[in-house]
Amino acid sequence: MNRRVVITGMGVTAPGGVGTDDYWKLISSGTSATRTISLFNADGYRSRIAAEVDFEPEFHGLTPLQIRRLDRGGQFALVCLREAIADSGIEIDEALAARTGVSIGSAIGASTSLDQEYSVVSDSGRDWLVGHTDVVPQLFEYMVPVRFASDIAWEAGAEGPATVISTGCTSGLDAVGYAFELIREGSADVMLAGATDAPITPITVACFDAIRATSPRNDDPEHASRPFDFDRDGFVLGEGAAVFVLETLESARRRGAHIYAEVSGFAGRSNAYHMTGLKPDGREMAEAIDAAMRQARVNAEDIDYINAHGSSTKQNDRHETAAFKRSLGDVAYHRPVSSLKSMLGHSLGAIGSIELAGCALAIEHDAVPPTANLETRDPECDLDYVPLTARDQPVNTVLSVGSGFGGFQSAVVLNSYRGEAA
Amino acid sequence: MTASPAVVTGLGVIAANGVGAEEYWEASLAGKNAIGEVSAFDSSSYPIRLAGEARDFTGADHLPSRLTKQTDRATQMSLVATEWALADAGVEPETFRDYDMGVVTSSAAGGYGFGQAELQKLWGQGSEFVSVYQSYAWFYAVNTGQVSIRHGMRGSNSVLVGEQAGGLDAVAHARRNIRNDAATLMVTGGTETTLCPWGWVAHVADSRVSRKSQAHEAYLPFDVEASGHVPGEGGAILITENADTWRARGGGNVYGELAGHASTFDPPPESGRGSTLDRAVLNALADAGVTPDEVDVVFADAAGLPELDAAEARALTKIFGPSGVPVTAPKTMFGRLYGGGGPLDLATALLSIRHDTIPPTTNTQVRAADCASLDLVLGEPRRSEVRTALVIARGYGGFNAATVVRDHPH
Amino acid sequence: MAEMTFEELRTMMREAAGEGDDVDLGGDIARTPFGELEFDSLALMEMAARIKQEHGVEVPDDDLPELKTPQMMLDYVNAQPAVR
Repeated sequence: MNRRVVITGMGVTAPGGVGTDDYWKLISSGTSATRTISLFNADGYRSRIAAEVDFEPEFHGLTPLQIRRLDRGGQFALVCLREAIADSGIEIDEALAARTGVSIGSAIGASTSLDQEYSVVSDSGRDWLVGHTDVVPQLFEYMVPVRFASDIAWEAGAEGPATVISTGCTSGLDAVGYAFELIREGSADVMLAGATDAPITPITVACFDAIRATSPRNDDPEHASRPFDFDRDGFVLGEGAAVFVLETLESARRRGAHIYAEVSGFAGRSNAYHMTGLKPDGREMAEAIDAAMRQARVNAEDIDYINAHGSSTKQNDRHETAAFKRSLGDVAYHRPVSSLKSMLGHSLGAIGSIELAGCALAIEHDAVPPTANLETRDPECDLDYVPLTARDQPVNTVLSVGSGFGGFQSAVVLNSYRGEAA
Repeated sequence: MTASPAVVTGLGVIAANGVGAEEYWEASLAGKNAIGEVSAFDSSSYPIRLAGEARDFTGADHLPSRLTKQTDRATQMSLVATEWALADAGVEPETFRDYDMGVVTSSAAGGYGFGQAELQKLWGQGSEFVSVYQSYAWFYAVNTGQVSIRHGMRGSNSVLVGEQAGGLDAVAHARRNIRNDAATLMVTGGTETTLCPWGWVAHVADSRVSRKSQAHEAYLPFDVEASGHVPGEGGAILITENADTWRARGGGNVYGELAGHASTFDPPPESGRGSTLDRAVLNALADAGVTPDEVDVVFADAAGLPELDAAEARALTKIFGPSGVPVTAPKTMFGRLYGGGGPLDLATALLSIRHDTIPPTTNTQVRAADCASLDLVLGEPRRSEVRTALVIARGYGGFNAATVVRDHPH
Repeated sequence: MAEMTFEELRTMMREAAGEGDDVDLGGDIARTPFGELEFDSLALMEMAARIKQEHGVEVPDDDLPELKTPQMMLDYVNAQPAVR
């Protein structure tokens, strides 16, 4: 069975843009949402900037109990799910429940909550034998972040296969890819898929400081995330979430749903090289791209827009430029490539889904969002990265890629649905 | 897509009662409870003290210090169990095409102990004391990542988090990759450890964990005195291959086929609609093309809590009939292993197929009334022809997973 | 002013990154390039962090790649005024 899978609803919680309308406004205008960290006092850290969500959970309908109990990432996901379900108009009744599953990605789960709890129970790192009398009752749920999936399932009334996918920085692509595979093979008819991460917390900022991965451009936060730019010096940590309603093409057509795009290809490979390092040749990312394109039955020439990982580290941007050339050949020089991380920062496991939402909106609006802050050309990054300003053009087929610690390399192909039969 | 089944050709096992598949199997048959007081740290100040601890496993005995410095114990277990499983399968990864090999694991807590050490340094000394390894030693993907690097496996790699149910879903995903021709060999399973104070207090906060202090009293699934489970550490790594390519490389060791799988999610508790576990089991059987009367043994999830035990007994009785199939829970000897639990149950099911023997459930003595209809294999192993086995796992919050394994004709 | 000894550096190397399958940090490694000892950029960053924590000497990111052998690293550290 190889059923076709489409996106009929989306919800996004992104820095500078909560809700898909505000999200598209942000990224299509090339506006950066990176700023000095305000979620905690980051004095003394090497990188003191992040892309934060101005998030008011009460405003989005979360109950006081949900706000107290759920990690920030879990709250993001729930808000996105509500937007996605409303957007898609789908009704998950008892009959559909058994055929509706959940696949939510996250790289580091409830890290913010864990970080905060640790400081309490360890008495600020004094006690190795941490205290147990002041633990919050939901501490197990923070250690094992399955609520990212179960809250989505409860809210939506889903009773099919449910899981959290946690493959580091490709989680956002891989969770959608997993959902895509489950629908294709017939294990589910509807999947609520996406990803979330709220990593702006001391332990995460510290761990990236230690390996110099994040940008120390603290005096100029708005311009710190500068993928493909000659002066790039690391990524800017971000947070956020995006959730999609994925369903069979047949089901979407039957109920007259609006279709943003079809998920037509997905592949994941690993570089098996180093937990954080990348070889300059981009070989395994190119392999993932090739496999996703083969599945989507598209050639290089068919791709209208390449949505890059573009994290703004020296090594990544070089690596994936090489991957695009390796996979697409000369066509890579003649297609727009842009990185939304230039505006949204890098929200680890979440960003892949947030970027896919951006890709679906690019298809919807026939416009390619730009790479912000791209001012000085790097001879090693010599493709067309759509500097600063969005570009109106037909967008029918989009390739989105991701790369992450552990060696994960993923690729997804989306294409517009033109009304042909399932 | 391939019609060739996915077969399991190698096992690597670590548990409180046995380090290595052979030792583990012998210990399981002996029916000895390996649960005891935690020794990894001083648990005397905590209200729970019991764990299924794999005291005979030390990562440094098997791995270079380059790796032990940058990995949590859970990752070391995955690395070592993978080496054992590859050796068991007679697989030299260098002889395979790199893209044909993938890794899918399940983790519930990631490299949690390593994470505690780093959190301690952060809060106690300052952010500059956090090590370079924190960026990749704690996150849930670490075991898949490190295994793929160690063995040059560049194919489809993934990580599923579903607490105790995630392990079965991970193995099912490995099977999916083989059937989709995305791989001819998959390293799959999971290993878990949360035996550090920081993990421990999460268990203290979990009302599903037994407060009993005697090792033989704490984890009694289906018993009138059932009061919860005991956390354990360990798990299993399974080498799964496309049966055709396995045969083409000379065949050899094979334990069985991954015949069928399904997972479901429960409705919210307040809906009053009951668990969907039975649907997971029925769908798994259907996926395997197997009827209930063809199942020779069920490895139960065995939550050890009255309501959950009753729900499981109800589902099994409904599908198999009263005492319709032998049921066992060897995890009573080594605890619940979260991401490692499902894979270890699968390994045990495959071993019971190989040896036509069902390992026992220990500790349970006086059956709860609503679990009386189960034919529980208690105390002693049972010799029985085992061709087809069902493994059940339920994850925190309502995740249900069921996997069918069966003998592979050869 | 107490200098850092080679044995202190060697101990620090073992703690910072350990030994790979084919590496022995116990031998005559003073002039062996870090790459041959399987010390990648992360391991060197970890060394720099420990040197700062234990000996009060800062090794700027730009200088680190120039310290190609353990001996060069030791000489660099001991040339700084703040060694403790």
